[in-house]
Amino acid sequence: MIVREWLFLTIAACDAAEPWQLGFQDASTPMMQGVIDLHHDIFFFLILILVFVLRILVRALWHFHYQKNPIPQRIVHGTTIEILRTIFPSIIPMFIAIPSFALLYSMDEVVVDPTITIKAIGHQWYRTYEYSDYNSSDEQSLTFDSYTILEDDIELGQSRLLEVDNRVVVPAKTHLRIIVTSADVLHSWVVPSSGVKCDVVPSRLNQISISVQREGVYYGQCSEICGTNHAFTRAPGNIGRLLSPLWLSRTTRGATHPRSKLLQRAAGAVGSQGARQ
Amino acid sequence: MADEIVLKTAPADFRFPTTNQTRHCFTRYIEFHRCLAAKGEESNECARFAKYYRSLCPGEWIEKWNEQRENGTFPGPL
Repeated sequence: MIVREWLFLTIAACDAAEPWQLGFQDASTPMMQGVIDLHHDIFFFLILILVFVLRILVRALWHFHYQKNPIPQRIVHGTTIEILRTIFPSIIPMFIAIPSFALLYSMDEVVVDPTITIKAIGHQWYRTYEYSDYNSSDEQSLTFDSYTILEDDIELGQSRLLEVDNRVVVPAKTHLRIIVTSADVLHSWVVPSSGVKCDVVPSRLNQISISVQREGVYYGQCSEICGTNHAFTRAPGNIGRLLSPLWLSRTTRGATHPRSKLLQRAAGAVGSQGARQ
Repeated sequence: MADEIVLKTAPADFRFPTTNQTRHCFTRYIEFHRCLAAKGEESNECARFAKYYRSLCPGEWIEKWNEQRENGTFPGPL
């Protein structure tokens, strides 16, 4: 998807909300890239129609001004133009529908088994993440809570109200299954750069399948009103923000690579981080 | 440290192709306990199901279901 990746190493991608941002954040998954491409396709037709309609409108206002053209026309029919103005606007949505349905159905395709399952549990007003793929008993999940860092505790360079104390760590270029649920009320787990938005419902497990194509830190915010601290306040017990740094997944080789140490910790000694605080 | 790491998780189950995986988690849990009932405590087959339900189901749900099983109030066809 991204060719010549080394060219991008010195460019910082937009993976968090920027002030006065107008466009999308940079895509990090093929799904998000599909969303952006669909947006471009639709926007093209949108501009086409906008210019056409504005031109007709301005033309009509200009040429049929009541002082310059005092006698109104008495045309009531026009078979050709009526046929054209029916057919043409029904062809345009067909052109829009083709990429739209292609994207929609490709999102639902389960092509390959996921490599790792991460559970994200929404609380008021933080998230809990569980990595349970390597448990040998019911109690040994790698579990941690993720609270937003208060404005008072933010260090220089960190994003206000986006940083959390414990980030979700996720391997790049691997098929992930993220299962979201809630322990209390509705929330929504969102990472705009990855094209993920999934409502988090109590007593229900929703599955998100993504494959993040580049390393980085991605930010997201809760997108379903969940109480006082849903957006941002100064109260303690903060909002659930989540973000995920990624590392190259050296799955079956390079076990000594420093980046895969975390994976080893998850795979091997789950006991050390098992207890939920 | 020279061991290869194999990453594996519960595979996509075509019985549950949609976003809602609640039933998937529940079914795996029930399959594990039925397998235990049928084959005894030490079978490898059952360990596979155990891994699946542990990957999919939140820890709290599993704790609740384990308690319910002990109390005899588990609402599923064990």
